[in-house]
Amino acid sequence: MTSSVRIALIGNPNSGKSTLFNALTGLNQKVANFPGVTVDKHEGKFSILNNGRNMDCTLVDLPGIYSLYPKSIDEKIAVNYLLDSTRKTTIDKVIVVIDASNIKRNLFLASQIIQLGLPTMLAVNMVDVAAKEGFRIDIKKLSNYFGVTCVALNARSGEGIEELKNVIGEASPMGNIENWYQPAPLPDAVQLLAKSHFPHLSNYGFVQLVCSLSEQEAQTSDNKENSIIKNLLLSIDFDSMDYKQAETLARYQALAPLVDQIKILTDTQSNKNFTSKIDRILTHKIGGYVIFLGIMFLMFQALFSWSAWPMEKIDALFGLLNEELKLLLPDGIVCDLITDGILAGLNGVLVFIPQICLLFFFIALLEDTGYMARVSFITDRLLKIFGLNGRSIIPLISGAACAVPAVMGARTIKNQKERLLTILVTPLMSCSARLPVYALMISLVIPYKIFYGFNLQGLVLMALYLIGFVAALLVAFVLKYVIKSKERSYFVMELPTYHLPRLKNIGLQLIEKIKLFVTEAGKVIIAISIVLWALASFGPGDNFKTIESKYTQLLTEGKLDSLACAQQIASEQLEASYAGHLGKLIEPIISPIGFDWKIGIALITSFAAREVFVGTMSTIYAADAENANTLKERLSEEFISGTNTKRYTLATGLSLMIFYAFAMQCMSTFAVVMRETNGFKWPLIQFIIMLGMAYGGSYLIYQLFS
Amino acid sequence: MLLSELRPNQLATIQSIDNSELTLQLMEMGCLPGEQVELYHIAPLGDPIAITISGYVLCLRKSEAAAIRIVLNND
Repeated sequence: MTSSVRIALIGNPNSGKSTLFNALTGLNQKVANFPGVTVDKHEGKFSILNNGRNMDCTLVDLPGIYSLYPKSIDEKIAVNYLLDSTRKTTIDKVIVVIDASNIKRNLFLASQIIQLGLPTMLAVNMVDVAAKEGFRIDIKKLSNYFGVTCVALNARSGEGIEELKNVIGEASPMGNIENWYQPAPLPDAVQLLAKSHFPHLSNYGFVQLVCSLSEQEAQTSDNKENSIIKNLLLSIDFDSMDYKQAETLARYQALAPLVDQIKILTDTQSNKNFTSKIDRILTHKIGGYVIFLGIMFLMFQALFSWSAWPMEKIDALFGLLNEELKLLLPDGIVCDLITDGILAGLNGVLVFIPQICLLFFFIALLEDTGYMARVSFITDRLLKIFGLNGRSIIPLISGAACAVPAVMGARTIKNQKERLLTILVTPLMSCSARLPVYALMISLVIPYKIFYGFNLQGLVLMALYLIGFVAALLVAFVLKYVIKSKERSYFVMELPTYHLPRLKNIGLQLIEKIKLFVTEAGKVIIAISIVLWALASFGPGDNFKTIESKYTQLLTEGKLDSLACAQQIASEQLEASYAGHLGKLIEPIISPIGFDWKIGIALITSFAAREVFVGTMSTIYAADAENANTLKERLSEEFISGTNTKRYTLATGLSLMIFYAFAMQCMSTFAVVMRETNGFKWPLIQFIIMLGMAYGGSYLIYQLFS
Repeated sequence: MLLSELRPNQLATIQSIDNSELTLQLMEMGCLPGEQVELYHIAPLGDPIAITISGYVLCLRKSEAAAIRIVLNND
């Protein structure tokens, strides 16, 4: 074994795989893509001591699976990764995480992986849960039985982690796979090929290959050996489904005596009542929905109330920085670029980090405790009406944080039509990038007051999220009749036991998400801020000079004081700039929905990413009003030129919010939908539908309120 | 009797599973002939249901549960 090893981590869903991954790697994680497919591949590094020498370990976290016969897309990824490793040595070792409290079902998968012929270790996790339920697992017997290394763990408390690290470095035996249960022989003609063409595969490894080949579509390009098998399978009419069912049944039967031997009862009084009692309440006929809505409601109230203080501080910090820099740097183009361009743009986005943190925190909390699975359970019947599935609720709710991971999360939905519908409507959920736009507009046009005991601004925000959710359901309902599918819809899912949230897990998730948001959004925003600043600071011809000389004349004649003069110059210059021209160009299209050319500029720049909106507005208005400090103040002092009417009325504010609620202004979402649906067709349809809804909705709202 | 007809607090044993594209998945998740099942909970709208099987809770729609044939234990 070399001094660096690659280890794959696999296990049933809810077996505590991620907890173990976090316990081993801590902050040393990165998210990459699996080759060929764009699936988040979580990789982490840690080092161990092996025979007195340092050994670097790379741990690859694979999606949870119940067996090596995958049904959904994420399961396929995990299984293919393991199967590929039997042909090309991409990994040195597999650690199978086993939920001790659910030993039989977990050993089912473990025995399949051992029989693949990969060097395997078993990490028997959740021994504490098993103890509470009144039994323990005889690790030694289990280890002897399969001939592989086994370690007992409680990944949550860290118990057993050190022991696991001690044995990771040791060479893993291949497992005692020949003397145990063997899968039923394949048809003779097929079996003959195994010895001659695939001598490196184990018996079960060959079974896996045969089953996966028999389900592949005929056209898939293949190497010579694989196509020989395929043709043979076709000619003998091999039914892999029948084979797999028989194999599953026989394997479970073979496991039964083992389970009897290693599962040692310690306490006849099993203690499963805790989860059951909570479920009585959380999935109660009426109470279940009330609690769910209550949790959502509290979440959005907290989102506004708890984030107010840090947001103020960030805003103040940037204000201070801006002033200091303006004093420090020599007047001129560089100073303007840094302060009014980059800093203004960055401020616009960074200020929303507290809210985004909170949102991601709540969602991670709901998932980590096991509550999200209950939400799926109680909403399946409802979502079914709209052509969705109980599993769709997780992408939909996490769509409130960001549509990109949410769309990828739809992979757990096994029915392809339901998955497509979920992907198509998830971007209608109000994501965190819309939050800055909502927050700005709400603070501008909705008064801060208490309404029947609730914060009115928080209520409006919640209404916006609800509108997104209702729109998602309605669109799904319509598309349900457009998209045809013969595949059967089903909902078979494990309800995990409740856990106290693991703050380390949540913290690590939070850090990863925020890092992604800041770097990804930050890059785009800085670039766009610079371009925008240039567009707003320069104009065609010598318009800028003409305006300046016009006002200098007025100033010397004493008709205007210097402050008013500077303001007028700035505002006329913006109008004469390239950005102004661009905004004016689209003004006729957007004026029926209450937007002027300045909002037009922001609309154009935020078409690639909606969070750019606030940054753009900051940049535009920084060039315009010199005396007001925050963007909000500047906007509230904006009047429709030549009148006393405020620019940002209730009608305009609401119209803007509706537009941003519906329009798909997100390059990343477009790209991820394209990858997930293999083509341009669906993201394009989605884009058009959402743009139509945005324009129509804004038009209605604006006409209604103005 | 079908699993979809099981009432709260009744214990039963799985007899067989009707063949469909779902059979494999149900079996993998522990729904095997001879296993004990108990109704754990019914979702608020009457569907899906959750059952306790081989030490954990599995939820499935009634239409799916109707593919699983059971016998009551105390019969």
